Parts: sequence; C-alpha cells; structure tokens
Amino acid sequence: MSALIELTDVSKQYGHIKALDAVSLEVHPGEITCVLGDNGAGKSTLIKIIAGLHRHDAGSFTVEGEETRLGSPREALDRGIATVYQDLAVVPLMPVWRNFFLGSEPTVGRGPFARLDVAHMRRTTHAALLRMGIDLRDVDQPIGTLSGGERQCVAIARAVHFGAKVLVLDEPTAALGVKQSGVVLKYVANARDQGLGVVLITHNPHHAYLVGDRFVLLKRGAMAGSHARADITLDELTRQMAGGSELDQLSHELGGRAAPGAAAEVSAAAGTGGGADGAGETPAPPEKPAAE
Amino acid sequence: MTATSSTKESAEELDERLVRRSLVRGAMSRPELGAVVGALAVFVFFSVVADSFLETSSLSTVLYASSTIGIMAVPVALLMIGGEFDLSTGVMVTSSALVSSMFSYQMTANVWVGIGVSLLVTLAIGVFNGVMLSRTKLPSFIITLGTFLMLTGLNLGLTKQISGTVSTKSISDMEGFPAAQKVFASQLTLFDVDFQVTILWWFGLVAVATWVLLRTRAGNWIFAVGGGSDAARAVGVPVARTKIGLYMGVALAAWISGQHLLFNYDVVQSGEGVGNELIYIAAAVIGGCLLTGGYGSAVGAAVGAFIFGMTSKGIVYAQWEPDWFKFFLGAMLLLATLLNAWIRKRAEAS
Repeated sequence: MSALIELTDVSKQYGHIKALDAVSLEVHPGEITCVLGDNGAGKSTLIKIIAGLHRHDAGSFTVEGEETRLGSPREALDRGIATVYQDLAVVPLMPVWRNFFLGSEPTVGRGPFARLDVAHMRRTTHAALLRMGIDLRDVDQPIGTLSGGERQCVAIARAVHFGAKVLVLDEPTAALGVKQSGVVLKYVANARDQGLGVVLITHNPHHAYLVGDRFVLLKRGAMAGSHARADITLDELTRQMAGGSELDQLSHELGGRAAPGAAAEVSAAAGTGGGADGAGETPAPPEKPAAE
Repeated sequence: MTATSSTKESAEELDERLVRRSLVRGAMSRPELGAVVGALAVFVFFSVVADSFLETSSLSTVLYASSTIGIMAVPVALLMIGGEFDLSTGVMVTSSALVSSMFSYQMTANVWVGIGVSLLVTLAIGVFNGVMLSRTKLPSFIITLGTFLMLTGLNLGLTKQISGTVSTKSISDMEGFPAAQKVFASQLTLFDVDFQVTILWWFGLVAVATWVLLRTRAGNWIFAVGGGSDAARAVGVPVARTKIGLYMGVALAAWISGQHLLFNYDVVQSGEGVGNELIYIAAAVIGGCLLTGGYGSAVGAAVGAFIFGMTSKGIVYAQWEPDWFKFFLGAMLLLATLLNAWIRKRAEAS
C-alpha cells in the first residue's frame, strides 16, 4: 500500500537553530504512526510542517506520492490533512452542532436569504458523533459542558466528517486522566478503522503502544529510532523514549527512586534509614562512583 | 433477578429526571430570562405606584422611549456578543444627524441627499472603528474611546464653524422633509392610540438581528469571534471581517437614530448624545450579554431597553423627581447583572 504522506530526511531551521534534522516518517491509510519525543524534541515543528504552518527547508515531503511544500493550513486541509491541536479550536459557549460546522456552515436559500441548514447540521453532527461511538443526547448543549475527552472526540469527528484522509493529533491525551485517555484512544482507533491515516504525537509510550502501527522517536530534533510495531516491545519503546542509558544514570542520581529495579538495591543498602530522607539530606556520596 | 429489575427502574427514573431537568435548564439557559423577570418586576412596580402607568397612551409613550434606546441597544448587543465595545455610539447618533442636516442646508439639496451622505459618513465611522481594531489589535475600549472624544469635538467644532451656533439651522421647509419625516419620525394610529414610527424600526431591527444571529453563517461567526477568536480563526472564520461588519451594524443603527433625532425636532443640538453609549451598553448587559463576549441575544437587549423606557417614564407618571432616573438605572443594572450571573451559575450546575 502506498503512503498517504511520506517525509524523507526533512529538516527545518529557525535562524541558525536546527529544529528538525533529517526526520523521516510515513503514514499509510488505516494505520497509526506515533511520533514520540520529550519536550523540545521537535514534535511541534514536525506537526507544523505537516499541518502547513511552516515549510520545510530540506528533504522531501510527499502527499499521495506527489512532492509538496504546503503554504498554509488551508492548503493542507484541501489536500486532506486535518490537524487537531491541543486547544481543539472549539468555542466553549457555543452548542456542539454550531462548533462542529464552524467556518464551514451549510446554508439553504440564496443571497440575503441564505440561512443555516439547522436541521441538517444537527442531524449530521449527531450522526457523525455516533459513528465515532459517542451518543450525545443533546447536540444543543454548549461544547464547554462536555468532558475533555468528548471535546477531543468532537474535534476528531469534525476532521473526519470534512473529508480528512490524514488526521494529525497533537498530544490528544496530554491533559486527560487515565479513563478519558482510554476513551480518546478508542476514537483514534475508530478513525483508523474508517481508513484514515493517523499521526499521533505523544510523549506517552504506553498510549502510543496501545494503538500504534509505527513508532518514530525524536530526540533534540533528530531521529532517535523508527520501528514497526512487530520489531519493538513496549518495554524497549519506553526505554528508548525515556532516553535508555540516560534513565539508568538518572535512577542512580535520584537514589534509585526512578527505576523499580534500582530502588530495591538502594533501599536494601540504606537499611532501615528510608531512601527519601537519605537522598535529600546528603548529596549522595555513594552515587559518585556510578557517575564516573 | 430483583437486583436487575431495580437497577432498570432506577435507570428509568434517572432518565425521566434528566428530561425534566433539561427542560428547566432550557428555560434557564436563555440569555433573556433575567431581563424578562426584571421587566415584569419593573412593570408590576410602576403599575402599583403610578395610577396612569397602565393607560394605553402611557404604553405608547413608554414604548417610544424604549425604542429610542432599543434601536441602538440591539446592534450594541450583537457587537458585545462579538466580544467588543463601542463607546462612540452616543455621539455617533448626533454626528449622523448633524451631517444630514448641515449637508442638506449648506448645499440646499433635497434632504434625502443629506440622508444618503449621512449614511455613508456614519458607516465610514463604523468601518474606521472596526479596521482600527483589527489592524492595531488594541482593546476596543481604547479605540472607541478615541473615536468618542474625536466625534464629540468634531460635532461641536464643525457645527459652530458652519452654522455659527451650537445647533443646526431648521431644515423643515426644505424639499423632501415631509416624506423623510414620515419615514423617521411620524405617528401611526393603531386602535385609537398614536404610536411613534421608531417602534417599528426597533421591532424590525430586533427581528433582523435575531434572524442574523441564530440562522445565518454571520451569526455563527459573531458568537465564535466573541467566544473564542483564536479557535474561530483556526477553523477559517473571517474574524476581522466579522468585527468590522458588527461596527457597521452599530453605525447603521446610529444613522437611523440620528435621522429620527433630526426629523423629530428639525434642528440638532451638537452637544447631544454624550453618555447615551453607556445606556445602550447597560441595556445589552441587562438583556443578558456577557461583557466577555460569546453570549447574549438581541431580544434580551430589546427587553433591557424596555426596562429603561418603563423606568424613565414610570418615574414621571409616579410624579417623582426625574433626577432619580439615573439612580434607578444604576441599581437596575447591578440587580439584573447579579440575577443573570446567578441564573447562569444555576443553569451550569444542574
């Protein structure tokens, strides 16, 4: 199957700061490509290039096999790339159905008598949400009264309804609790099952591994790894994501509280003294040999 | 078995309650509710304390007073829903009347020419407010405060320069005056009671504004730019164009008001109008508009104007000192805003 979008060695510089260096990724229909990385890893730069907010400086960016350099978010939308940002672009006080069609309202009638096709808008909103698995009792309620997860889903459903082929999701689970995150991931999987290619940006390897087909790891603007699901385990993904060897070192520096394995060793060594107190009072002389 | 049936029952009960609650919430979440309750209270109050308040001629007078405020309060409410203020509305009405009158007089033209020129000039003021706002991104409070002061100065300065006094010359003997007076300042007789034509303008504006707000794309955009302009921009709503349009709507209403002012008295005092802008805003706020934008209604603003009309005339019918009018308005504004806030909190909690 050919890729919906494919980035090959894409780079982006802001002034003399290299924000993105030779990053490659592909998105296929009916698949979820996860982009993982810590803060400052270049995730938002990558998203801005795909969404048409910024142009890349080097490398190739193809949409359905065609080389492109997107000039605006509108252009990206016209090519079927819809981006759902963290703030979701919804107006909290407005009813769900008005939000759903905001900016692309269907009308009936001509000229000065053109009016909103309210019945159609209500029906379509309800149906589109139902397809995503949300049975909203009242599409007239202000969207601000929905939970964070539901709002995310409305934003996703909106993108799907307006003909997106590629759905780019910017940290959809970042501000959500465990249960809500699960709900959102279910809808993401739902969008995938409808044949969309999904780019899921996250810094949570657990969420990524639940739904992802491909994983691209970013670190300091460069690729730190690219794996198909079959080639990697959750543990390995988590380790790489957290920085692998860096994490091991960190667990030493923190007196072993970060990694469970190391924690057992340290608390055994500290005896009955209590790990936290010991780490807090002294700048940990026992760690010194480990740092060298 | 019993356990399942009881769960089922409680589920049904819950559903029923949900329906009932959402009905109440439906009524409670109307932005006009606070204003309607307030209007009823004011009406009952003056019916009791002023004997002549309930006569039909009084009703006509009250409606006329309400209409002169309401014609402006309605577009001002739309602007507030769009998240902006306009402090220049009061003097803009006077400017519009002055331009119309002085142009016709100086050019010895048909008054309709003056009316047309005035429409263009007033709309241009609205465009100026809107474009300045979109270009500079300064708060509308500052921009329109500037326009307010400039217009106040221009009204007095230009009128003195051109007419030699602070008021315009009478244009009542000029060509087209009777027809224009019929349109902007005539009496209509209905069931043996005389009504001012401005009441029709007012009702017409409320109807058009409500239709625009609830049933057109522009209305959707007005709510969106007021409730979350970044989100609106992100989904392709023309934010600047919507706001400029709102300022032009305010200007259009100022033109209607201004022509009424002119053809009702055939001369215009150039210092008039200062302070009215706050009354229009107060009427919109009493009518349920949020100061922060994104919420409110045209009908609410009309009811707010009606409260003002009832109060200003009710005080006269009750034979009190009219000086108390402003005090009453202030108290009413606070009460209505508190009531609105309380209702909204209750509606959101349920």
